[in-house]
Amino acid sequence: METDQALFNYLLRLADSSLILSQRLAEWCGHGPILEEDIALTNVSLDLLGHATALLTYAGKGKSADDLAFLRSEREYRNILLAEQPNGDFACTMLRQFLTDSWHYYLYASLQKSKDETLAAISVKFLKEITYHLRHSSGWVLRLGDGTAESHLRIQNALDELWSFTGDLFDSDSADELMLAAGIGADLNEIRKQWTAHVSELLNKATLKIPESSFMQKGSLQGRHTEYLGYLLAEMQYLPRTYRDAKW
Amino acid sequence: MILIFNKGMNTNMEKDTQWPLWEIFIQANPGIPHKHVGSLHAADAEMALQNARDVYTRRNEGISIWVVEARFIKASSPEDAGSFFEPANDKVYRHPTFYKVPDGVKYL
Repeated sequence: METDQALFNYLLRLADSSLILSQRLAEWCGHGPILEEDIALTNVSLDLLGHATALLTYAGKGKSADDLAFLRSEREYRNILLAEQPNGDFACTMLRQFLTDSWHYYLYASLQKSKDETLAAISVKFLKEITYHLRHSSGWVLRLGDGTAESHLRIQNALDELWSFTGDLFDSDSADELMLAAGIGADLNEIRKQWTAHVSELLNKATLKIPESSFMQKGSLQGRHTEYLGYLLAEMQYLPRTYRDAKW
Repeated sequence: MILIFNKGMNTNMEKDTQWPLWEIFIQANPGIPHKHVGSLHAADAEMALQNARDVYTRRNEGISIWVVEARFIKASSPEDAGSFFEPANDKVYRHPTFYKVPDGVKYL
């Protein structure tokens, strides 16, 4: 694989993960449990959309960010499986957010030192926003886990449901290896260690139990997604695909 | 009057499932006072701080946030206005208007 193609794949992985999670969070708009949280969720959604736009614009080299976002089909998407999982209840959304925020946090902390200057520079900017996202979602995981019997049950159910999608966060392919060797990409093994330590500590504090099963879902690097992504893309892409020249 | 007021308060508090109300103060720039911008609901101080960040500083409004639970604010009541504020109306000597400002003094 050429370095250019590897960088393109690498950036798509990052961009798609942020874009799909952003779209999921946007579904909460107007449905948040309280007004303040509704605004918080959509703030995070817009931050992630900004990350996706920056990454797709950089990756595109000629192709616009919009074309990449709206004219690729399910099998061409490289997002982490966790991001496309349905919102479920508020506990499920917050747990998905916490697991992803923690991943983003260590990933972009590492990418700040990337030899690719553009990627390093945007990572510095992203990390400030992600630090806040993580503080927000960590707070909720603690509150819900260590809250009432009902809230504990709901977030424990979410953890049981979503845990098998966390292995996918650290799956790598030849593009990852090439990028790591070139000093551009992050070391996913190192990030897995940091992520596991941090996530275990907080879940423990929240009195939540990590499922014992070690079965992990796979496939997003090859474009094999869960049944949920197609529906998400159909909604997200409908307008620009139906009206190619639609403008705001 | 007082009886009805108290009764109303109790009924509200028993039925109210909302989180406590917090008053939010934002400092726009270094060196100037925090200014009251509004209020919001939150379960505790950390959540109030985060909610204030999300609700009131989305458009670069500030560099610092104070949150204080509304029940800790003791406010003067409209009935106090007569005894509190009106006595100041005819005390012109409290205003620094009885001397001339020298020419060339700026920022006074």
